[in-house]
Amino acid sequence: MASQEMEQLVRREYKQGFVTDIESDTAPPGLNEDVIRFISAKKEEPQWMLDWRLAAFEQWKTMAEPDWAHVDFPQVDFQAVSYYSAPKSSEDRPKSLDEVDPKLLETYEKLGIPLHERAALAGVAMDMVFDSVSVTTTFKEQLGEAGVIFCSISEAIREYPDLIKQYLGSVVPVADNFYTALNSAVFSDGSFVFVPKGVTCPMELSTYFRINAENTGQFERTLIICEDNAQVSYLEGCTAPMRDENQLHAAVVELVALENADIKYSTVQNWYPGDEEGKGGIYNFVTKRGECRGDNSKISWTQVETGSAVTWKYPSCVLKGKNSVGEFYSVAVTNNMQQADTGTKMIHIGEGSRSTIISKGISAGRSDQSYRGLVKILPGAKGARNFTQCDSLLIGDQCGAHTFPYQEIGNSTAQVEHEATTSKIGEDQLFYCRQRGISEEDAVNMIVNGFCKDVFKELPMEFAVEAEALLNVSLEGAVG
Amino acid sequence: MLEVKDLRVSVEDKEILKGLNLTINPGEVHAIMGPNGAGKSTLSAVIAGRDGYEVTGGSITFEGEDVLDMEIEDRARAGLLLGFQYPVEIPGVKNVYLLKAALNAKREHLGLPEIEAPEFMKLVREKLQFMKMDSSFLHRSVNEGFSGGEKKRNEILQMLILEPKLALLDEIDSGLDIDALKVVSEGVNSLRDAGRSIVMVTHYQRLLDYIVPDHIHVLSDGKIIKSGDKSLALELEKRGYDWVIEEAAQ
Ligand SMILES: Nc1ncnc2c1ncn2[C@@H]1O[C@H](COP(=O)(O)OP(=O)(O)OP(=O)(O)O)[C@@H](O)[C@H]1O
Ligand SMILES: [Mg+2]
Repeated sequence: MASQEMEQLVRREYKQGFVTDIESDTAPPGLNEDVIRFISAKKEEPQWMLDWRLAAFEQWKTMAEPDWAHVDFPQVDFQAVSYYSAPKSSEDRPKSLDEVDPKLLETYEKLGIPLHERAALAGVAMDMVFDSVSVTTTFKEQLGEAGVIFCSISEAIREYPDLIKQYLGSVVPVADNFYTALNSAVFSDGSFVFVPKGVTCPMELSTYFRINAENTGQFERTLIICEDNAQVSYLEGCTAPMRDENQLHAAVVELVALENADIKYSTVQNWYPGDEEGKGGIYNFVTKRGECRGDNSKISWTQVETGSAVTWKYPSCVLKGKNSVGEFYSVAVTNNMQQADTGTKMIHIGEGSRSTIISKGISAGRSDQSYRGLVKILPGAKGARNFTQCDSLLIGDQCGAHTFPYQEIGNSTAQVEHEATTSKIGEDQLFYCRQRGISEEDAVNMIVNGFCKDVFKELPMEFAVEAEALLNVSLEGAVG
Repeated sequence: MLEVKDLRVSVEDKEILKGLNLTINPGEVHAIMGPNGAGKSTLSAVIAGRDGYEVTGGSITFEGEDVLDMEIEDRARAGLLLGFQYPVEIPGVKNVYLLKAALNAKREHLGLPEIEAPEFMKLVREKLQFMKMDSSFLHRSVNEGFSGGEKKRNEILQMLILEPKLALLDEIDSGLDIDALKVVSEGVNSLRDAGRSIVMVTHYQRLLDYIVPDHIHVLSDGKIIKSGDKSLALELEKRGYDWVIEEAAQ
């Protein structure tokens, strides 16, 4: 039999076996309609959701990967990726911390992560450690009383179809870019938050509370809606290095702020960056966008990015409402062979809209980092203002830092300010600190944390402390 | 305390210190004077261990130990403090944070636990007052936006808190107004002690009216060419350096 025929036969059998085998936990590599139907069925989605995914898939097939970013990595074979894997069952997980890689535990310790959380993060079966269900339940009760909905997006699709139909894809259109189309077709899971009119969410919402509930890492989809006069602060990710066998990550996050609403979205991203040669690290292609639809609304992105081998990420704000406010505070650290092309877009549509961009990039080792930012002011955005400050710090002389600021100013009443600096971590500063008895490593940490101060102060308190520790761990061995 | 013997130092193949000898005993205060570019800052930088200087000959010992073998921070922890001619700005790092980290590094070296916050704040407040500095300096970034004189006061503040065994103060008087000169001098004098030595680099006799040295040296072209007591400074003030240089050449 010719090998081609053989292959076809195998594939056909495979396909059939696969579609009927709804009990299977993992989709075989490759992307086709059947895989999408499989994912949708696994999640018990209604027909309309499946149709949405399939339409996205049709779009995706016509699109090409963006090639403008300042990153360089081998072509991803999208047919070699597996697009669904169920959460690991208890039997497959480590039974206790004794079975977890000691190196990982060492890092947790350096980050000061409490013991019980270490177990959860390392993927130890939760029921063996502590009962997470009770924590989640009390938490849900409190939110319920306030009228806040916080659940997985899968659950929201089943329970709140009208909200999903109204808002999903309304900020980031399916065909926005190659990865958003892909995500729309195959998204695994993510968070859904709805804060109704006039409600201030009584607590900070954190993905941590749902960390082991679902395997959301790969194609995460998050949607947050704040109605008029509502407020929420949302924390994504955690400082601990996350175990993940999936190399390709393409998340989509959409935020909607109606009149007077205020959304604060903080991220600490620490996906596996690969080894010192950059092998095995995660590719992180993220589209995050918030729309200030209502007057006087505000969306604030704060991110601390230390992980991933390749990062492509531009949390953005579309400032439609009059006097709406967009903010972007970012610290990105690259070490060893990491590459990051990250920044933001501020699109000013509403009159009197304002935006602030503070970006701090730290490159060490042989890494390469770019800041890419767009400030676009439409003709109607009278009196719009933007302030951008973008600073790069280089550690050592084998790393790179680049800045690509774009400005499109459509009216003469707008004010746009841009400041940028690039500096090497000062030999003078290091000498000064060390002359006071501070070790070289502590001195580097001190100087770098000082450099990031303006961003860290935007983080919720407990996150800020963790972020500092994380920075120190990420730069370990960067000097000397 | 400090013994510099026949020290030869080059920067980028240019010899700057050319066989320098200097002995500092415990409890002594020395002043080093000399023309611009003579190598005064180079000497203190090499003693403190700054990179970029090649020691091509001679030795430096501090309390009998060869410091040339020690890391910068180990020299500092052993009790050597350099007061910078140009103190460095470190944006985003609070002054108080640097002080605390430095003090704790020293304490760790001495086998002491980290200082308790209240005790530390008490100590810092007291020294601030002594230096006539506002407590807002604690929460500003290290030296950032400090005036020239404020930077120098800040150096002495650190010295008062770290209580080094040997302080090398490089032009601690430059840029100070008359009142600040007094405050800084009082700060330095308050640390004078039988077990502690102080080396000041200065261009002006005026400082030496406030901090009276036991010995004065003239450093010229990489060598100490003349040493004397405090009267030498007065003579230098009157006559300049030429005569010393000529005398040394004979
Ligand atoms: N990193 C360097 N690269 C090149 N030359 C240097 C370097 N550091 C010092 N020098 C040179 O060494 C000589 C001594 O400099 P140093 O700063 O020690 O002088 P100084 O006695 O402290 O002078 P001043 O009174 O002006 O402070 C000068 O000629 C200076 O230009
Ligand atoms: Mg000098």
